[in-house]
Amino acid sequence: MADAGSTRSPHTEPAGTPPEVRLHTADVTSTPSLSDREVPDYRLRFILLVLAAASCVIVSFIVGRFSIGISDAVLILLSPIAHFVMSVDLPILGDIIHILLSPILPVMETWDDAMYSVVFNIRLPRILAAFLVGAALSTAGAAYQGMFQNPLVSPDILGASAGAGFGAALAIYFYLGTGAITIFAFAGGLVAVGTAYAVSRLTRGNPTLGMVLAGILVGSLFSASTSYIKLVADTNDQLPAITYWLMGSLAGATMEDVYFAGVVIIIGLIPLYLLRWRMNVLTLGEDEAKSMGINTHLLRLIVILCATLVTAVAVSISGIIGWVGLVIPHFCRMIFGYDYRRVIPAAVIMGGGFLLLVDDFARTIATTEVPLGILTSFVGAPIFAYLLMMGGRRS
Amino acid sequence: MSLEISHLSFAYGRRTRLVLDDVSFSVKEGDLLAVLGPNGVGKSTMFRCILGFLRNYRGSIRLNGLDIKTLDHKEIAKHVAYIPQSTHPVFNYTVLDVVLMGLTNQVRLLGTPNQDHIGEAYAAMESLGIAHLRNAGYSEISGGERQLALIARALVQKAKILIMDEPTANLDYGNQFRVMCRISDLARDGYIIILSTHNPDHAFLYANRTLMIYGGRVIADGTPEGVLDADLIREVYGMDVHIEDYQYGSRRHKLCIPIDGGIGKHE
Repeated sequence: MADAGSTRSPHTEPAGTPPEVRLHTADVTSTPSLSDREVPDYRLRFILLVLAAASCVIVSFIVGRFSIGISDAVLILLSPIAHFVMSVDLPILGDIIHILLSPILPVMETWDDAMYSVVFNIRLPRILAAFLVGAALSTAGAAYQGMFQNPLVSPDILGASAGAGFGAALAIYFYLGTGAITIFAFAGGLVAVGTAYAVSRLTRGNPTLGMVLAGILVGSLFSASTSYIKLVADTNDQLPAITYWLMGSLAGATMEDVYFAGVVIIIGLIPLYLLRWRMNVLTLGEDEAKSMGINTHLLRLIVILCATLVTAVAVSISGIIGWVGLVIPHFCRMIFGYDYRRVIPAAVIMGGGFLLLVDDFARTIATTEVPLGILTSFVGAPIFAYLLMMGGRRS
Repeated sequence: MSLEISHLSFAYGRRTRLVLDDVSFSVKEGDLLAVLGPNGVGKSTMFRCILGFLRNYRGSIRLNGLDIKTLDHKEIAKHVAYIPQSTHPVFNYTVLDVVLMGLTNQVRLLGTPNQDHIGEAYAAMESLGIAHLRNAGYSEISGGERQLALIARALVQKAKILIMDEPTANLDYGNQFRVMCRISDLARDGYIIILSTHNPDHAFLYANRTLMIYGGRVIADGTPEGVLDADLIREVYGMDVHIEDYQYGSRRHKLCIPIDGGIGKHE
């Protein structure tokens, strides 16, 4: 058999015409139920989600120790608009417009100052803060899960929460006041993720694996530092303050917090939304994304930067709130599919609405406030167990 | 469209062992090049160099005369598409979304695919017979269908060079041949196809050129009929085979038949 080309052994043709050797790919075996499957009505689902989140907002204004009726809450919220409209002097038809609007706008005050103060100074900032923090954590979680190709990743995978916790503990230890706690926490989160990213750049091999390991490393370093501060802190006032901060709460949310967090979160979420298509491609992994023309290093850097920014600022005003960033993206995928074009907007609305709901429970179920971090874990852990069991059955 | 690889050598890290050792070849339009060789001889490494994933190699890879080291991923993606082994993805995108991802180069940086892009994706899926699966989950369809979806994704990328890393791995017997038929159609349409395979029969049946890589070196380069003989297969794979000429209807080709179960002797 040295020269295969010379050994010819032509076989005789079988009887009848030989069948066409070329096969058609339509023959590739397929499950009938997969054929021509309908696309779910995602638009309707999104509208329902927005309505659900909107009702969460309304409910949040009414529930609480100080009871306020739904009509009062709405009227109080509209009253600044009424004051503004009525105070504007229009040259010609001003009076007529004022008279026409007076039945719809709450011109006459039917509430007292206490109610006004509760709605504007306590509930409004708290509601806005809860929504912002929930939206930030779940969107950052969705982004990180895609980037690391791992649905079990949470937004603090790169050490953002551990760093923020350390920053807050440090500020409390030095009696620096509430504003400083927020700033220190924010800076701590950024420093931790920056360190993790720098360490990961020095590792060889798979960049995403290197990043996860660097995140674990930096996270444990900052957690240990926080523990040390707790050890040396004054047990009368500092230690409880640190412990309470680490459990997460929105009880102290102020309008200043909301302005600060709101601006940073919006700045961070816009690029994540704009890059939603490219994030789909990034979930295929380093090589495949590159082969489709994506600058993976740059895209990954932008995603980390934005997701870290929103996570750090969320943690800085609320303390450490687990599970939201892990569980909500899963729910989004169950309802809206895996496409980031839908997952990102859904995560914003669902994350915000969910944390708002949990915060309502936090301030109503017991005589004292229950820290949010505890409640989200109580709610999140069973949900997650359920998801894992469902996922196991599917595959 | 041309791709020339000359004196390509590569070693991982600072290790002295060369994974690729002075590999040279070039391909032209309509070529279906089957790269053979045992596991771990550097086939995938060679593909990763050609795709621009690995850049610290010696020698040169020229795409239309341009050194690919001077091109960024976006530029390489216009000419070279990568079709990986069909794996189980973590995120269960619809088949349509998977195919649309091939259009990423043509989608605006901050935009999403538009109706024209969706039309292109449908056309590619139609041509491969998987359009009916457009809304099915990519991880729910069969391995053969996944491979076809990945090929559709490469087609919409409009690259003329397709690099396929063992396109028939993980496929059942029938789907292996169906997928290979589709691939040889593409070569006839003018695509340049470079694929790795472990089956010499795939080279005999579909390729017009074959490259045998062993120990990081090219030890045979030519038509499958001309270079794949029993001696070469014994040297590379350590098994005895009989190369049989076979005629069926008007078609003639060779087949590789393992002797005595392939490992020579029964103990």
